[in-house]
Amino acid sequence: MKFAVLVFPGSNCDHDCYHALKHVLGISVDFVWHGDRDLTRYDVVILPGGFSYGDYLRAGAIARFSDVMKGLDQHIRKGGYALGICNGFQILTEAGHLPGALIQNRSTKFICEDSYIKAQTGDSFVTSKCGVDDILKIPIAHKEGCFVADEDTLDQLDRENRVVFRYCDQEGNVSELANPNGSARNIAGIISESRRVAGMMPHPERVCEEELGGSHGLTIFQSVMEVFN
Amino acid sequence: MDDTTQLVRAASKCGLTMEEFDLAIEILGRPLTKVELGLFSAMWSEHCSYKSSKIHLGKFPTDGPQVIEGPGENAGVVDIGDGDAVVFKMESHNHPSFIEPYQGAATGVGGILRDIFTMGARPVASLNLLRFGSQDNARTKYLLDGVVSGIAGYGNCIGVPTIGGELSFNKSFNGNCLVNVFNLGVVKIEKIFLGKAEGVGNPVIYAGSATGRDGIHGATMASEEFSEATEAKRPTVQVGDPFTEKLLLEACLELFKTDYIVGIQDMGAAGMTSSSFEMAGRAGTGVEINLDKVPRREEGMTPYEIMLSESQERMLLVCRPGTEEAVKGIFTKWGLCSEVIGEVTGDGQVRLTENGKIVADVPALRLAQMAPHFSRLSLPPLNIEEVQTFTRVPAPENYCKTLQTLLASPNICSRQWVYRQYDHMVRTDTVVKPGSDASVIRIKSSGKGIAMSVDCNSRYCYIDPYMGGMQAVAEATRNVACSGAKPLAITDCLNFGSPENPEVMWRFINSIEGISKACLKLDTPVVSGNVSFYNQTGETPIYPTPAIGAVGLLADSSKAVTQFFATEGDIIILLGATFDEIGGSEYLSVIHGQERGGPPGVNLAKELALQKLMIALADERLVNSMHDISDGGVGVALAESAFSSENPGILGFDVSFTTELSPDRFLFSESQARAVASCRPDLAGKIIEMAKKNGTPARMVGEVTFKKVNIRVNSIDLVTTNIDELLQPWKEALGSYMSR
Repeated sequence: MKFAVLVFPGSNCDHDCYHALKHVLGISVDFVWHGDRDLTRYDVVILPGGFSYGDYLRAGAIARFSDVMKGLDQHIRKGGYALGICNGFQILTEAGHLPGALIQNRSTKFICEDSYIKAQTGDSFVTSKCGVDDILKIPIAHKEGCFVADEDTLDQLDRENRVVFRYCDQEGNVSELANPNGSARNIAGIISESRRVAGMMPHPERVCEEELGGSHGLTIFQSVMEVFN
Repeated sequence: MDDTTQLVRAASKCGLTMEEFDLAIEILGRPLTKVELGLFSAMWSEHCSYKSSKIHLGKFPTDGPQVIEGPGENAGVVDIGDGDAVVFKMESHNHPSFIEPYQGAATGVGGILRDIFTMGARPVASLNLLRFGSQDNARTKYLLDGVVSGIAGYGNCIGVPTIGGELSFNKSFNGNCLVNVFNLGVVKIEKIFLGKAEGVGNPVIYAGSATGRDGIHGATMASEEFSEATEAKRPTVQVGDPFTEKLLLEACLELFKTDYIVGIQDMGAAGMTSSSFEMAGRAGTGVEINLDKVPRREEGMTPYEIMLSESQERMLLVCRPGTEEAVKGIFTKWGLCSEVIGEVTGDGQVRLTENGKIVADVPALRLAQMAPHFSRLSLPPLNIEEVQTFTRVPAPENYCKTLQTLLASPNICSRQWVYRQYDHMVRTDTVVKPGSDASVIRIKSSGKGIAMSVDCNSRYCYIDPYMGGMQAVAEATRNVACSGAKPLAITDCLNFGSPENPEVMWRFINSIEGISKACLKLDTPVVSGNVSFYNQTGETPIYPTPAIGAVGLLADSSKAVTQFFATEGDIIILLGATFDEIGGSEYLSVIHGQERGGPPGVNLAKELALQKLMIALADERLVNSMHDISDGGVGVALAESAFSSENPGILGFDVSFTTELSPDRFLFSESQARAVASCRPDLAGKIIEMAKKNGTPARMVGEVTFKKVNIRVNSIDLVTTNIDELLQPWKEALGSYMSR
């Protein structure tokens, strides 16, 4: 099992993902530069958070044209796994690997704080170690995290059990009050039709050590590892 | 009009005095070219030359076994063991932020980051200290919103966490806001780089963004007071590009791993002028620059514009001969332009050429380090005795309401509205997040922790600048010690009105005396700093604000302590003695409308003892929380200890005091060298014993409860309520002000 963490010039959570995977979980992982096209050596590709190419236009709008995304296309076509976190999620929607889009938070402000999310399904490579309705405390840090899609797409995501996480409060209530950014139906993370490409706005790599205020992020990476056990 | 008259007029427009103009001619032995006039006016601006402050700054203690680089370099460097060092500095971006808050604040962050990574360090944490006018001033909301967005926009994008800061409001800032940004980086000691243009014949390389016409004469603008014409200066504010800075940061850090670089400096205030003159000045060399080679983003730029542009995200490097292509290769990899624009010379001159013609030829050292220095007139303010006294005030009728009012007041209420907009967790090293006394990051490789805090009480400094200067150091270092870290050193950012006003100068000099005395006693040398004068509009200067950024070390980051109560049933201990000191307090200001009265005295021996005690308590893992008592006194400090961001509204406190003071003076006195601690019941005895040996008064005053709040003074219940009744007003005040 080998992981790749993509490095766009403006990625800034690349080192955090690498640290959590390699030093906390002991997984074999490499950085892969955005100018490389070859991802054939990897089982799981992580698209980390940050500001890929500055994202002055629309988050991820330029990143989808980079060389490494061609390698990612092939990786996904061959059945490889990919997880986009925050900016990575934005890039995956821009590239068409995941439906919907992430627009500016309803508050128009950047929000960095702990969020509570509720696993909606155990049938995904990011939640296989969670029970349905497990509540995870994982921080968000974004300005464009409001997930939107047309009603048909939202219905389809629900119908196909492809909403992986929804924002909730500490007690697990999925409500408008517990929705930090205005996302449609409180969606915090989704998965592709193939169930091999997932995107989420919260940052699991930030909560893999108790010293940092929690370890719920481990559940997500351990779920990914479970696929290969 | 002849040429000389024209030049004299131009000189005065650029801020050069007649004497300075004559001195410039004397140095050159001939009339100045227009380009040279620009160079002199920028380098001898107050902002670059410290001409009104330098003779006073010499009083700061700057040495110590922990200091690797003191003031004079791009930033200070302090040893933290294991071959690691921390590099830190604080800078102001007040003037541009008032004119254009988003870009002004954003480029302030960009500038301080470059100061840090130019030394070879990776920036790992930012703080900021902000001052705005009163909340009913029409511009305050616009400025606060823009400044916070600007800091967030830049820092979040580049991926350096903003982990804390200080914010307050006062009407003296109605016409001038303060935006002071602090950054800290970590570097291996043997990998520290300096801004020196050494080695005759070595190539000089320009790297980063191309040069445009933005920010021309920014340094001069920052050396003037504001008038009604200030709006027209918007074009002197630079525009930030954090993405390019991120590329520049990564490219430089990659470059530092090689042995190609001899010296490096960012182009900050006064752009290419200051970087070339300072690098040559420090090395005792000269540089020759071919301006035709400088990458530009606009056509037809004159040498004057190129040299004085403050376009952001640019660096000047001196590298070893023969490595030019390899250096350029690294910048190309990161998508940045770079160009060899000149070389180091041995004659001590900065010589600029355009189309083969010399357009400026000026001695580097004379401009960089020998600007004229003034001993400005200093006079005690006429109203000083008046502001140091206050009139008797009645005791509150309802203590609960008084406490609620204080907690919801602009200078005490929750800052969550601000720090929620900053990515304070990126890099996964933030062990103590914003909201506690000091913020703490860990060093992954060594397991150590670095605590930091920025502080200043502008009102104290207005009323009594000597005491205020000492207090700022005492509070910043105390905050660091509250987290369990030993304070190592400080940086400062001295914000004042016009140095041409003798009363401003008096306050400036006195606050430096106070800072120096405290730094000496607390063993925290000043390793870097910045002076910002001319923070005044018309005749009204700001409250003096000598901001202090303190940095401390924890041998083990897992021993870091926060200010928040942890467990119901824990014992609450009051450390330090409370005196009748409500002069200059938030209580007097908020409840009684008096911005007056001598501020609390600072006893440095007691301060040092308290800090040592707190460091020991954390090191032995005896305490669950420690919180410094400052604005709003012990009443506010207790409430703040209960406002944990993890589980707000769960824990309360039940405390009982006996005192000879009147209850309001006891609860809201801002006496220094005090803290509120909490601990497991079985450890309280040991703590009291340690405090006794240390000479710090300590008494058990109550316990942490489930939700209930009770404050009893001399057997009378003054506040009996539920923690939510205190939490809600505190939590919501700033957010609801901003959304009104």
